[in-house]
Amino acid sequence: MPNLTIDGQQLEVPAGTTIIQAAKKLGISIPHYCYHPALPVAGNCRICMVEVEKQPKLQISCYTPVAEGMVVRTDSPKVLEARKTILEFLLVNHPLDCPVCDQSGECKLQDYYMKHGLYNSRLADVKVKKDKKAFSIGPTVMLDQERCILCTRCVRFTENITKTNELGIFSRGDHSQLDIYPGRQLDNNYSGNVVDICPVGALTDKDFRFKCRVWYLAGTKSICPGCSMGCNITVEWDKSRPHEYKKARVMRLKPRLNTDVNNYWICDKGRYNYHFIDENRILHPQLNDELISLDQALDVMVKTIAPLKEAKRLNRIGVLASAQLTNEDLFVIRKLFKDALPGVGLDFRVPEALGDSDDLLIKADKNPNTAGALSILQPDGDVGAIVQKAKSGELDLLYVFGHDLVKLLGVESVKQIAKSIKLFVFQGSNVHETCSYAHLNLPSSVYAEKEGTFTNCQLRVQRIRTAFPALEDAKADWQIVAMLGEKLGTPLSYKNSQEIFKDLAATIAPFSGMTYESIADQGIVLKA
Amino acid sequence: MEKVVSRHFGQDSTQSFVNYLKDNGYRAARKALTEMTPAGVIDEVKNSNLRGLGGAGFPTGLKWSFIPKDNPKPKYLVVNADEGEPGTFKDKYILEQDPHALIEGIIITCFAIQSHKAYVYVRGEYAKAFGSLQNAVNEAYKAGFLGAGIMGTGFNIDVVVHPGAGAYICGEETGLLESLEGKKGFPRLKPPFPAVVGLFGCPTVINNVETIACVPPIINKGSEWYVQLGCAKNGGNRLFCVSGHVQRPGIYELPLGTPLREIIYDHAGGILKGRQLKAVIPGGISAPVLTPDQIDVKMDFDSLKAIGSMAGSGGVVVMDETTDMVFAAMVAARFFAHESCGQCSPCREGSGWVYRNLKRIYEGTARPYDLINLAGIVNNIGGNTICAFGDAVTMCLSSYVSKFRHEFESKIKGRVCNTN
Repeated sequence: MPNLTIDGQQLEVPAGTTIIQAAKKLGISIPHYCYHPALPVAGNCRICMVEVEKQPKLQISCYTPVAEGMVVRTDSPKVLEARKTILEFLLVNHPLDCPVCDQSGECKLQDYYMKHGLYNSRLADVKVKKDKKAFSIGPTVMLDQERCILCTRCVRFTENITKTNELGIFSRGDHSQLDIYPGRQLDNNYSGNVVDICPVGALTDKDFRFKCRVWYLAGTKSICPGCSMGCNITVEWDKSRPHEYKKARVMRLKPRLNTDVNNYWICDKGRYNYHFIDENRILHPQLNDELISLDQALDVMVKTIAPLKEAKRLNRIGVLASAQLTNEDLFVIRKLFKDALPGVGLDFRVPEALGDSDDLLIKADKNPNTAGALSILQPDGDVGAIVQKAKSGELDLLYVFGHDLVKLLGVESVKQIAKSIKLFVFQGSNVHETCSYAHLNLPSSVYAEKEGTFTNCQLRVQRIRTAFPALEDAKADWQIVAMLGEKLGTPLSYKNSQEIFKDLAATIAPFSGMTYESIADQGIVLKA
Repeated sequence: MEKVVSRHFGQDSTQSFVNYLKDNGYRAARKALTEMTPAGVIDEVKNSNLRGLGGAGFPTGLKWSFIPKDNPKPKYLVVNADEGEPGTFKDKYILEQDPHALIEGIIITCFAIQSHKAYVYVRGEYAKAFGSLQNAVNEAYKAGFLGAGIMGTGFNIDVVVHPGAGAYICGEETGLLESLEGKKGFPRLKPPFPAVVGLFGCPTVINNVETIACVPPIINKGSEWYVQLGCAKNGGNRLFCVSGHVQRPGIYELPLGTPLREIIYDHAGGILKGRQLKAVIPGGISAPVLTPDQIDVKMDFDSLKAIGSMAGSGGVVVMDETTDMVFAAMVAARFFAHESCGQCSPCREGSGWVYRNLKRIYEGTARPYDLINLAGIVNNIGGNTICAFGDAVTMCLSSYVSKFRHEFESKIKGRVCNTN
């Protein structure tokens, strides 16, 4: 393994490591545009040039492999001067769009100029104009050819990651322009990722266009609930004030690096699936047409459950849990409806069709926590039987977590259940058709409003975190169930999700030894 | 002086095959295949001091020896007939008037590097030369000089003639390979060099047309003879392409090391209308321009490098006293801006910027800071790019500005302060 020195610090790295990768290990970040760890090297921006002893010319650190005894300087006057010259060349034809450009605040031209540039402009000529400005190249992405610095990251992305080849560089010299091939649209399942990797505001997200300045955004680490892949994301929300449009809090989702799960990417479905966090929410408990308090709502449920418990006829209760719930939600449900109230029909495996999948990130199972639900609930029943009993009047209480039964079973079945059953309870975060048939609706929080964990298809346990408090009366699913348990004489007095997880890890063998600290930001796989 | 590469020029080109055969045609190929070893051929070419005549002047035999022997991949020979360097037109003559010389050279070179397939990349604009070469290749196949088991030996060789589509950068060796592979002519990052990873990822030798055409005479008459023709460390003759303000522009085959003065005044007849010489480009547009006090320089690779210029492609462009040097620089800058491939930022943005700057200076609308800035901007391009194009921009344009500064200054509006 070669030994080398970078800025006076020695280190040993595997053969084949490039200088930029070796420097990163030392915490030295060398400025770069075209280089991206997940894409093949292009070596065209030239800003990563460094000084290598005994070499007369500066070398690009993204491409040059380390050698035994190499001495590198990333901060010598020659290198600092070279960075200025490259910045100058890139800015010569770059439009002064900062005031109207979405990238402002997270733009690599701005960042590197402030850190490595700070020279006076020498341009006295008209800037080169390109053909298309503010041009849609697909359903989700806008292109501004003038802002493009031709780093080709997006071209290499569509060539190597999605292998869909929609983007290319046309013409040559300073008339080169990024464009979409004639007759094509940028509409593959991962189009949004080109916006992430574009270092400037050439490729921007239509969904985020002109919505919010990035310095107003706070970021919370979380996991996408769209499918069992559990891609790591950051929920970015406006921390200064609710947005003028529908008082939305979340402005966008961004992928978070996890080399074991999603690497640098997320699919478009997951990326744009955040509007439900702020729109169409169930805000208050509702009994038929009347808004009531949570306390009153739970009393209604206790009125049905307590006598059944007394008469040892708990088999007249059906609970449809969900693989959309966190491990913590499911554990509390288990403690109440399996341990404390044995005989209750408890399952989560509703008859939903498998969705689309591909060999990149998208999984057919559109639930984020199927593995967790299986592990924690260990259901031996059958949802079909529960539904049948509900339709034929053999159940007094059906407690549904989140499922849109109208979509799954058809509106006639749901009407029949509502007619035959004494108390039809729906607990969920967003309004849909089933809510109008349920007798009692309870508001639960969305994933971005609670702490918890999901278990993905790799059996990896990953944390979701609270970005902001739940809206109005909404509470985490486990909180509502715990309060219900309290009223039924089963104290489930957990102060927070972390306490639940501690208990969970001590009870369910595959989770043993895990803590929130050990899960950290990259997750841990369940024990076999 | 003995003519080597141009010995068949001026003959009836419709009879070029017949004439070539009559003049010991394909004898060197037969000699190499039947009496020599590949390593022996490489040594002979090494000893001849033949250096690449496309522009870089790299020792040819040495380049061939870089092909790894133990590599299982097929080897390729690529002949660079892109001839895009302004002021250069020699390869055109070879292709149109003596294409079989090139074909015989290809056979010997392929034998030396153990390649069985050669590609000749002819610039798209050379329709006539392309046709002439393809015709000659067809003749050679018919006569058994190309194809399977040529000339009764077991050696197989195929030659493909491929037309370019009009880009100077496709004359850069790795830009050419990319174009040949069907992609845009973007030069590659180096290392690896083509000798190890070249065409289709296989070991490849890329040589200029004239360089390959010199090989059969070397095999026929021996390396010592070739060394004697030229000068120290640079054997043989070369075809000098003389153009510009001379009485007799044209191709002149002369020994390497011939003084530039002799080429301009003795062979090309001196300046038109008896005018004074002002400047001369010695080897294609990338070469730094020379002033009249420098024309005693010997025209070989080392001598020209020593005075800060280059032998390049042998394109000698003569400019007399009526030439506006600012205009000349602007035209050069316009060429570079038009031909930059656009891959890397210094060349892409810099070449266009420098052209626009020079245009304003030429048109008389520039300010003093424009001239001060010009030198700085031009110097920032070379040394920071993927290929030598960026270096060419810097070398060429800075030579005009430094050697003819007074002309640039006189076009600037306002007072010009004393600049270093």
